[in-house]
Amino acid sequence: MRYLADVAALARKDLLLELRAKETLPSMLLFVIAALAIFHFALPRGAGHDAAIGLLWVSLVFTALLGLTRAFVAEREQGMFDALVLAPCDRSAIWLGKSIAVFVFLVCAEVVALPAFGAFFSAVDGRTVAAVVLADVGICTVGTLFGAMAVAGRARELLLPLLFLPMAIPIVVGGVGGYLWFLALYDALFALLAWAAFEYVVAEA
Amino acid sequence: MPPVKLPVLAAVSTALFGLAIALAFFYAPTDVDQGLSQRIFYFHVPLALTAYACFGWGAWKALRHLWKGDPGADLESYVAIHQGVIFGSLTLLTGSIWARISWGVWWSWSEDQLVLFLVLFLFYCAYFMLRYSVDPGPARANMCAVYALFGVVLIPVSFLAIRLSKKFIHPVVFTSHGPQMSGAQFLTFGVCLAAMLGLFATLYALELAGKRLDSSLRELRELLT
Repeated sequence: MRYLADVAALARKDLLLELRAKETLPSMLLFVIAALAIFHFALPRGAGHDAAIGLLWVSLVFTALLGLTRAFVAEREQGMFDALVLAPCDRSAIWLGKSIAVFVFLVCAEVVALPAFGAFFSAVDGRTVAAVVLADVGICTVGTLFGAMAVAGRARELLLPLLFLPMAIPIVVGGVGGYLWFLALYDALFALLAWAAFEYVVAEA
Repeated sequence: MPPVKLPVLAAVSTALFGLAIALAFFYAPTDVDQGLSQRIFYFHVPLALTAYACFGWGAWKALRHLWKGDPGADLESYVAIHQGVIFGSLTLLTGSIWARISWGVWWSWSEDQLVLFLVLFLFYCAYFMLRYSVDPGPARANMCAVYALFGVVLIPVSFLAIRLSKKFIHPVVFTSHGPQMSGAQFLTFGVCLAAMLGLFATLYALELAGKRLDSSLRELRELLT
């Protein structure tokens, strides 16, 4: 119970920060709409639903990447990581709280992106929506862990896409094919691994 | 590994490699369908298996580092993954040559193993980016270890994903009914695999010895100044 309260407090902190500063979410929204507009011109005229759905997944992964890149910037710039690590809570709670916050941002972006996709290209069915939600879980859990690694490096914004994109290939395969069971398997496997591993990523010694 | 063993290891793997080349070119029977080009199989498949062994060994050392706090495990994990990327690149290269001769294309997305190696290649190249972007120290060792562990979990997951996404034309040698090879072929394959693993062990020991010498030299220099 204590653990859940810690997670809720950390997630609330991130959401509140975003509500006041409005740094991440507006850029994610603009990015995803701009990406869809670009893809309209990139696709040949009369390209089918299958081609368009692939591009939807590309834009979702890159939008998520945009949010993940920003996720730990405040912590590093303000030196808050040390305070969080010193706080008397389980370190994996930091990861879970941040994952939840990123998940909320991503879902907000998709609430706009999916209807926009329906308007620009073709309507999405329930299976795609379910796949998007499952993929979000995988993207947020793995992406948050790798985001915490990437901010420790000198390359920062450059490093996260390199670390994350190979991990995102199975997500795109599962999403485009609509293999919900595969996405669920991916989520369970890597969420567990990330949950167990986060402690080592933030610990200084 | 004590440094005395390195020359022995090198000699053994040189001998094995000579034997492997001789067997692959002169002893193993020529394939009826594919002719001479089939002989690249004796190098391509051992290269791929050795690359998996490297990544597996690297992840094992990473686990040792996180779990037991083995002092040398971080460096050993790095060296194993470095070797794995080299063997993996050679796998991509030999697979591509084989694909060109057998199927007439340099690259085939319908070949699972080739795509899997591309994913792994991208993943483990990012490992080096991570390693050289973070300042050396315990934090970097932990991060690299975590990343290496993600790698071995990603191997089966990616394999499953790639299988899901396309049809299957890669020749499958090892089925549930045992290896689909004649005795002479199997012997040659076994020797080639042993030679490749020997090569890995030698290169691993060599690079590790070099890296350790480098770090003790650096420590010595810091003590002197």
